[in-house]
Amino acid sequence: MALSGEEALRRLTGYHRFGLGMRIGALASGDVLAAIKSELHDPAAALITDPGLKTTQAALQASFAEQRETQQMRSQSRDEARELRAQRGRQRQPEKDSGSPGMMAGGTPGSMSAQSSAPQQEQPNVERDIYRAEALARIRKAADAPVGYVERLVLFWSNHFCVSAQKGQLVRATAGAMEREAIRPHVLGRFGDMLLAVEKHPAMQVYLDNRQSIGPNSPAGRNRGAGLNENLAREILELHTLGVSGGYTQADVTSLARILTGWGFAGGQAPMDRQGQFEFGANRHEPGPHTVLGRVFAEGGAGQGEQALRFLASHPSTARHVATKLVRHFVSDTNPPAALVGRLAAIFAETGGDLARVSLALIEDEAAWKPPLVRMRTPYEWLAAITRFGGPPQNFGQVIGPLNQMAQPIFTVPGPNGFPEGNAHWMSPEAMRTRLDLAAIIARRLANRFNPSEVAGGLFDAALSSETAQAIRRAESREQGMAILLMSPEFLMR
Amino acid sequence: MTKRAEHECLEARAFISRRGLLGAGASFFAWSGLPMVASAAGARDPRLLVVILRGAMDGLSAVPPIHDPAYADLRGDIALPKEGTYGALPLEGLFALHPAMPTFARLYREKKASVLHAVASPYRERSHFDGQDLLESGFGKVARAESGWLNRAIGAIPSTGQVRLTKGLAVGAATPLILRGSAPVLGWAPQIVAKATDDLTTRVMDLYRHRDTKLAAALQAGLETDKLAKAQGMESQGRPQDARNMVVAAEGAARLLAASDGPRVAALSFDGWDTHANQGGATGRLADLLGGLDGAIAAFERVLQPVWKDTAVLVVTEFGRTARVNGTVGSDHGTGTAAFLLGGAIAGGRVFADWPGLSSANLLENRDLKPTLDLRAVFKGVLHEHLAVPLALLDTVVFPESGAVRPMRGLIA
Repeated sequence: MALSGEEALRRLTGYHRFGLGMRIGALASGDVLAAIKSELHDPAAALITDPGLKTTQAALQASFAEQRETQQMRSQSRDEARELRAQRGRQRQPEKDSGSPGMMAGGTPGSMSAQSSAPQQEQPNVERDIYRAEALARIRKAADAPVGYVERLVLFWSNHFCVSAQKGQLVRATAGAMEREAIRPHVLGRFGDMLLAVEKHPAMQVYLDNRQSIGPNSPAGRNRGAGLNENLAREILELHTLGVSGGYTQADVTSLARILTGWGFAGGQAPMDRQGQFEFGANRHEPGPHTVLGRVFAEGGAGQGEQALRFLASHPSTARHVATKLVRHFVSDTNPPAALVGRLAAIFAETGGDLARVSLALIEDEAAWKPPLVRMRTPYEWLAAITRFGGPPQNFGQVIGPLNQMAQPIFTVPGPNGFPEGNAHWMSPEAMRTRLDLAAIIARRLANRFNPSEVAGGLFDAALSSETAQAIRRAESREQGMAILLMSPEFLMR
Repeated sequence: MTKRAEHECLEARAFISRRGLLGAGASFFAWSGLPMVASAAGARDPRLLVVILRGAMDGLSAVPPIHDPAYADLRGDIALPKEGTYGALPLEGLFALHPAMPTFARLYREKKASVLHAVASPYRERSHFDGQDLLESGFGKVARAESGWLNRAIGAIPSTGQVRLTKGLAVGAATPLILRGSAPVLGWAPQIVAKATDDLTTRVMDLYRHRDTKLAAALQAGLETDKLAKAQGMESQGRPQDARNMVVAAEGAARLLAASDGPRVAALSFDGWDTHANQGGATGRLADLLGGLDGAIAAFERVLQPVWKDTAVLVVTEFGRTARVNGTVGSDHGTGTAAFLLGGAIAGGRVFADWPGLSSANLLENRDLKPTLDLRAVFKGVLHEHLAVPLALLDTVVFPESGAVRPMRGLIA
């Protein structure tokens, strides 16, 4: 053991509270705060640049293309079935029709012998493949980071600006791309830039139903009699910027909803090169100036909405809201240090939402390090921590399945407010039981490569309690010892 | 383990889907690695299975020396009765067999099963991990091992001659040390119910009670829900499931070994043998495990029936347990224990034991059954007579620096 108990605990705090966990030997290898700071200075720290992953546009194009194919195959099957029935009819009364069986619409000769007249139930393969690839890329990124503070920030913002793959194919296809393109580049940039990128993104547009939102006085609104959908506007005010007690009214929600009508993206009917791109549909935009929180935003296409969002980003309530969420996530949800929240809010406001400055201020504040390690790591954090010492997963099954079981599916959220903080949720009886079962399964995979006693010492150094060390040492097999390690308080808490 | 060795391990291990293989029957994809050599006419085609019982099986309960005068007192509440419904099944001389193993008892009568008692590996400490490592590595002392004796044995089988070329089969989620090494090894993981065992759960709860009361409360509540579910007759887990899992693993391994062009040497592990508390006597926790093992043995015999006459199964554990029952009606880590050898290829119906006796003077450190037979002697005997591994290689490559350990003779028919 190279370190004193106190020193080991401090470093452990750094890796667990602010990062994604240690690798073996990491604690002894130096100042964790310095390591975190150098992450903050690495421009590539937040980015995933895997060329195999599809951009938002490419993902949407692929999804549209597959939908078209499915449609074609379905109508083809219908045509074939019709033709088959007609043929049978003709065969029974051959003299009635002297013509040839004829060509099927769009059919190929081989398909004539198709046994099933009913269309095959088509799985959305493209979306599923994309989802899996994105999940794997993300957990591998978690494994690579020196400490993982920047990656934790990505996870935080991804939960703050969340979308859910459960919404449908389009979100499933683009949730990963949204995180990579709209969140990651801005995690150490400006809040306002992230806000704009996220709200314009097709995944968010679909998730919060903005495509259905039509200005009542717009040409489309007048024709169809359709109206506003306030979902996006409400969540922007309540969840993304000001916060529920940030001082907005229902009128502000409606007004913002009007501003955002017309925001959308080019769909499958658009020319190929425009599919998936942000598009402002003036046809359904509610005309005229609109007032939000006392500020008037003049008519001006998509620019009106951009200005409104920039205004919200710089609102003092937003600074407060973001600071509170950050401290509740990283430090304590039951007792977030008020002074720390105040400091971060002030820096956010003074710097115009400079997230690098805010993130640095958080870890430089002693108040963030003080509280004991009593909060349960989320399933994703736990799984990421395992891969950091155990090695990256070999396939998507080792990522997606366990996260589903632990009720934190990847790129999926129970609602627009994302996953909650706190032990009431993550340390529930059911969560504990599930995590124990998974620990047993994962340990089976890992055990042969490691001596769990050595891993425990290598990970925790002097922060390893004698009780945990003993429980691991007395295990009846490496597998059991490894499972105990994965469920030990040292490994579970942050 | 070094990165390179680990990489080699993963490469040498090819996964096959259970559905794809077992459903289809006996055909395998082409192998890279050892070339197929045309076998001589009349060549034997032996199968060897090694079953590792992890947790230190209590040999004194599995094969109680029931007529040893010291036995009953030492064992107290967990001693087995000599007769009656729960009586131990007589073998020979001092020894009887735990009543939960009727299949093994029948094989013994048919001279297709033997017991080896007061055996141990060279290991003399009390750590499960190190003990299992030494059992599997085949070394003389604890050291970092990159390969296991069974893998090295596969490599040492002569490429020409009476015995057909063998491939290895590792059953489980990862290749155990005993089968790691340069010889290519198939991998198959049975689709067992994946849940934490009762034993793991107990140990984790124990740790929480000492370290973190919130975790303890949360897990306790979670377990109670589970108990409720069990009471409602929903999927039960734990002991009955352990026994089922053993049979599933055994059947799968046997099916693969029975295939005409499949692997010939397999290793599988069964967990749960670390019976510190409430071990039970004729019934109880250990009895359930032995019953599960017996069921696995029955599965081997049933599925390998066409090639049973060429099959040998070794059942071993890393060390034994204390001769005296402890304060929690169980036993703690010991030294000498029992091993089983069975199969159609065995010259069976015997208990091999240079019995040291159980009086205090004869116990090791006044606590454990003294081992009088090195397990490596048993392994060498089986490998030489069953798989034709040359003695010279057994003494050097397969079990390094083991010249002083002479192979047991006459184990194989």
